[in-house]
Amino acid sequence: MTSEQTEAVASVDETLLHVEDVRKYFRVRGHAGSSRAEVRAVDGVTLDVRRGETLGLVGETGCGKSTLARCMTRLYDLTSGKIVFQDRDISRASRHDLRTVRREMQMIFQDPYGSLNPRRRVGSIIGDPFAIHRIGERKDRKGKVQELMQLVGLNPEHYNRFPAEFSGGQRQRIGVARALALRPRMIVCDEPVSALDVSIQAQVLNLLTDLQDEFHLTYLFITHDLSVVRHVSDRIAVMYLGKVVEVAPTDDIFNTTRHPYTKALLSALPVPDPDAADSRERIVLTGDLPSPINPPSGCRFHPRCPKAQEICSREEPPLVPVLGDHNNHVTACHFPMEVGESLTPGTVANSERVNEL
Amino acid sequence: MALLEVDDLHVSFDTADGVVRAVRGVSFTVEPGQTLGIVGESGSGKSVATQSLTRLVAGAKITGSAMFDGLDLLHASQREMRRIRGRRIGMIFQDPLSSLHPCYTVGWQIIEMIRAHESVPRRRARQRAIELLDLVRIPNARARIDDFPHQFSGGMRQRVMIAMAMALNPALLIADEPTTALDVTVQAQVLKVMQDVQADTGTAIILITHDLGVIADVADEVVVMYAGQVMERARRREIFYQFHHPYTEGLLASLPGHGGTRDRLTPIPGNPPSLLAKLDPCPFVPRCPYVFDKCRREVPPLAPVHPDERHLSACWLEPDRALQFEWESSKFAQISSTAHR
Repeated sequence: MTSEQTEAVASVDETLLHVEDVRKYFRVRGHAGSSRAEVRAVDGVTLDVRRGETLGLVGETGCGKSTLARCMTRLYDLTSGKIVFQDRDISRASRHDLRTVRREMQMIFQDPYGSLNPRRRVGSIIGDPFAIHRIGERKDRKGKVQELMQLVGLNPEHYNRFPAEFSGGQRQRIGVARALALRPRMIVCDEPVSALDVSIQAQVLNLLTDLQDEFHLTYLFITHDLSVVRHVSDRIAVMYLGKVVEVAPTDDIFNTTRHPYTKALLSALPVPDPDAADSRERIVLTGDLPSPINPPSGCRFHPRCPKAQEICSREEPPLVPVLGDHNNHVTACHFPMEVGESLTPGTVANSERVNEL
Repeated sequence: MALLEVDDLHVSFDTADGVVRAVRGVSFTVEPGQTLGIVGESGSGKSVATQSLTRLVAGAKITGSAMFDGLDLLHASQREMRRIRGRRIGMIFQDPLSSLHPCYTVGWQIIEMIRAHESVPRRRARQRAIELLDLVRIPNARARIDDFPHQFSGGMRQRVMIAMAMALNPALLIADEPTTALDVTVQAQVLKVMQDVQADTGTAIILITHDLGVIADVADEVVVMYAGQVMERARRREIFYQFHHPYTEGLLASLPGHGGTRDRLTPIPGNPPSLLAKLDPCPFVPRCPYVFDKCRREVPPLAPVHPDERHLSACWLEPDRALQFEWESSKFAQISSTAHR
């Protein structure tokens, strides 16, 4: 999407999906099988997805990004909170009610091998949405499916082949065709290109961009790959341990990074450019991600944060604009970073201290 | 003198579908204390090539030679290989969970590794294991040595693997996608540990990865593989800034934020070839935008690119092409913009 389009979307500011204080806890057994504990996978997330935009959701393994996506699509029931899709509260909707919602909100999964039934022909996999939602006559279906195959760059003559006969990139195209079948408004892409090689990854990313332009799709794009998310997203939300810590337009996330965690995450990204790799500031966080069963008090990043002070362990910072940022750029931090501020000096000392605890 | 000199390595497998020729004539050298990055996509043969050096691939037909410290690894006896693996050549694999035995403590596994090669008392080996865990920055190593693998996070397990691989001060460490299963912040930790250990011990590293970002970070020299062959070999900066081979160009161009524009990436058209099939003299012919007659007729040798003797490329394009290259003139970009959908 071009920058003018981005601004147009932003100025209309039409919310397609609204997530309010959503929580999802999973019950787990304690170590001896006796005491009960809860994994707080998503712990109070408020977020808007705007019509026509690509919202990137980034974070490390276990930060709750996939769980959040599955709450948004209501593949999971919520522990608490509210999800509003096109002005309709779907947080408690029944399976039956969700049927109509699912027509408009589809998903693409990470694993192009695991997400397609190996014993069914591609034509019938892509045609599934029509069958499930009882759309169109059976005899018209083949034509529609072949149209979709053409659209995503598959040879329509391969209608009768099995998934195993396709390469990883082609399988991901099958997943895209299936998601597109019902002409949804929004597609949740959960690591859609992570399993693909770079040359193939670029093909699939281009396809997703083209389809967005053609059908005015809204994407929620989940990935741990920051270079991919930078390329596709209009806005980026950064998650850490079940919380959103920073949301901003893509350029602002990279140029006026506010949250120390975002900064650390960006600095860890390997850049395919030797000179840049040699010269940049690198913040190596030495601690490990704390357990979401018993997350740290206050700001969850405080045990690993070089800037943490006493208040950070006591009070949870609100997700608001900081340091005179526009309303578009919100950060949950007591001591947000100025542009050009360096995190390096304190980092090592502080995290080593944490390690010894 | 080179520590490892691989010459014309071929590896093939007999399968029900036919003979898979996974590695087709690969040559490279590794200098002491240096990091050689091997980059390539799935199926390019990068893992098979290096695993066959330690003779850990079952059922493979291996030819060629690999001189390591005066010994040809490809023709050494199993007994000789057992002495070399672990002691002289350490290995780290992609998945740290399945490379560690879940039922033994981390310490037990490191100690066993040390005692398999050296007759040292258990107590001394244990002390050494603690030092190794310290070396790879496992916090509180003295206590954690008695923990089981499941009690460690993914990044820590990989650091344990590094500790184990480094236990006997090997001259060469083969790291096969060591950070692929890890998050970026953890990846940064692990790469840092590997670099620090290398600076400490002077171990040479072969780092196999599909991630050009990792290569740009840590490699001294880079080998680019495609369809079981070396396409290009050069020092790190040459690979990124003065590459010669169209495949290297295509790989770099398809990275987000490198070639292409904000809106469109520049992919390599088509798919990698099947290794069952007979390939064109240059395996990149079907996807190459610069292809001409000679490419289909004659095998391009891995030859020096003018004027740099250490920069090799297996391509018939004029040898000084690398020096004139600019992104705007990339054929991949041109094709991608004209063939938009």
